[in-house]
Amino acid sequence: MMTDLTKLTIAQAREGLRAKEFSAQELTHAYIANMEKKRHLNAYVCETPEKALEQAALSQNKIEKGEGGDLEGIPLGIKDLFCTKGIATTACSNILKGFVPPYESTVTAKLLAAGANFLGKLNLDEFAMGGSNETSAFGPVVNPWSKNIPLVAGGSSGGSAAAVAAQMCAAATGTDTGGSIRQPSAYCGVTGIKPTYGRCSRYGIIAFASSLDQAGPIAKDVRDCAIMLKNMAGYDTKDATSAKVDVPDFEKFLGQDVRGLRIGLPKEFRVDGLDKNVAAYWDKAAEILKARGADVVEISLPHSKYALATYYIIAPAEASSNLARYDGLRFGNRVDGEHLDDMYINSRSKGFGKEVKRRIMIGTYVLSAGYYDAYYLKAQKVRRLIRDDFVRAFEKCDLILTPTAPTAAFPIGDKSMNANPILMWLNDIFTVSISLAGLPAMSLPIGLSEDGLPLGIQLIGKAFDEATIFKAASALEKDIDFGGKK
Amino acid sequence: MAIDTQTVKKIAFLSRLKIEDDKIDATEEEFNKILQWVDQLKEVNTDDVEPLVSVNENNITMRQDEVTDGNLAKEVLANAPMTEYGYFAVPKVVE
Repeated sequence: MMTDLTKLTIAQAREGLRAKEFSAQELTHAYIANMEKKRHLNAYVCETPEKALEQAALSQNKIEKGEGGDLEGIPLGIKDLFCTKGIATTACSNILKGFVPPYESTVTAKLLAAGANFLGKLNLDEFAMGGSNETSAFGPVVNPWSKNIPLVAGGSSGGSAAAVAAQMCAAATGTDTGGSIRQPSAYCGVTGIKPTYGRCSRYGIIAFASSLDQAGPIAKDVRDCAIMLKNMAGYDTKDATSAKVDVPDFEKFLGQDVRGLRIGLPKEFRVDGLDKNVAAYWDKAAEILKARGADVVEISLPHSKYALATYYIIAPAEASSNLARYDGLRFGNRVDGEHLDDMYINSRSKGFGKEVKRRIMIGTYVLSAGYYDAYYLKAQKVRRLIRDDFVRAFEKCDLILTPTAPTAAFPIGDKSMNANPILMWLNDIFTVSISLAGLPAMSLPIGLSEDGLPLGIQLIGKAFDEATIFKAASALEKDIDFGGKK
Repeated sequence: MAIDTQTVKKIAFLSRLKIEDDKIDATEEEFNKILQWVDQLKEVNTDDVEPLVSVNENNITMRQDEVTDGNLAKEVLANAPMTEYGYFAVPKVVE
């Protein structure tokens, strides 16, 4: 009985709690037992079971009185990029080991206010820079779908996706800068949505690239994503870029008719050498929506092929600026030096990992005198062309359908990708253009590859139109026989 | 645009990062590979295109410039590796 509780979705657990079939403490205990059993996956970098049980007891009191929020008694995992008051927050970097935030991020504060309890902090690529969770100072996360050899969980929200897939939390928070919610969700066979830029407050989320970073949920299914997102989103005076836009009850769009909905397939995404499994499932997803009465149309995103190069100028530029704050002075690790500059250099050289250093240096270069116009300004101009492509495409369609990633999960320690960072970055080929355009996009499992590994399909919406994504995603989910790992 | 060893050293210093002497060549080579790859953007005609700085410029609103919190010195200093007399402590900068 206890272990079965971890298989429940949030929606099911909520019903069970209200019907007194089990208590919030029993639900939390079941997840804690699973976390202990599956520590080899390295999904959590910090476990907070006592705190979770304390919160669960408070929730149980509320539930018994017929009170409580949308997530009352629901145990969640939190990506270790969200500042959690009184709980160590590291961004999985040595430079922040020992950092205990004196404040709570807006997104986690909202989840707590909705009644959730937090089981712990989840592994990620250092400062969310990576696509395989291998840049984490705590080591890589093992994909729960691994068979003979350990596979990556994806990144950067690898801990979040693996924990949801392995039933180590009911749902998790993630963040997405170039694909960091969607790609790990695809690799681990779970559902994740990056909402429109500005939908969720970035306050208290450790910054990587501020014009791209967005928080979103990773969950067991589409409905749970809707429940989570509703309780994460909203305008916040503490984040000037959060949008003053109403947050709809996303759940009410689930199961709505998709007849007449126009689904765009970007012809440029059918790249040469596209994996045949990935291509076949892309066609299948389009067929499913067509069979339900949607119209499938071809669209063009001519500048999307420049999205990766654009991203790898803009994101490192913003990162080099954001990460200047790690100076060994105000927080994190300090390595002494004779002069102030030596102290900065020693602290930063010891504290940051390889990929983070690489991106800080690229960013510093593209922003430096003499190169700013040729790289940074140029990339911002191409970014507008990429965004305008989407604006034009959305005159012809209501949603865009693409694969989430070009392949299924790959083995940990892949030599060619470790030797050539560009090969690693190519895993984000289907996700980055959406991030640059600031649009919402969801990845949901579409099927298994020939090797029995999950593949994801991506639904992209217009700005602030997550509702249409939820509508189509729930239709797809119904007709996909995914046989997810249970 | 290819970069040389001097530039790598300069960028490392601007980044306040140390590159060991035996890593400079490899860093230079990797840097040049990446720059060569992003040079594909040169193909794109961006005459008369305004740079896109923010994707939600329409949603940004002005607010009153007011003090909304304060007296948090203790919390601000709580994570500092070294403090003295209620301040962050740095290595001596003035002889």
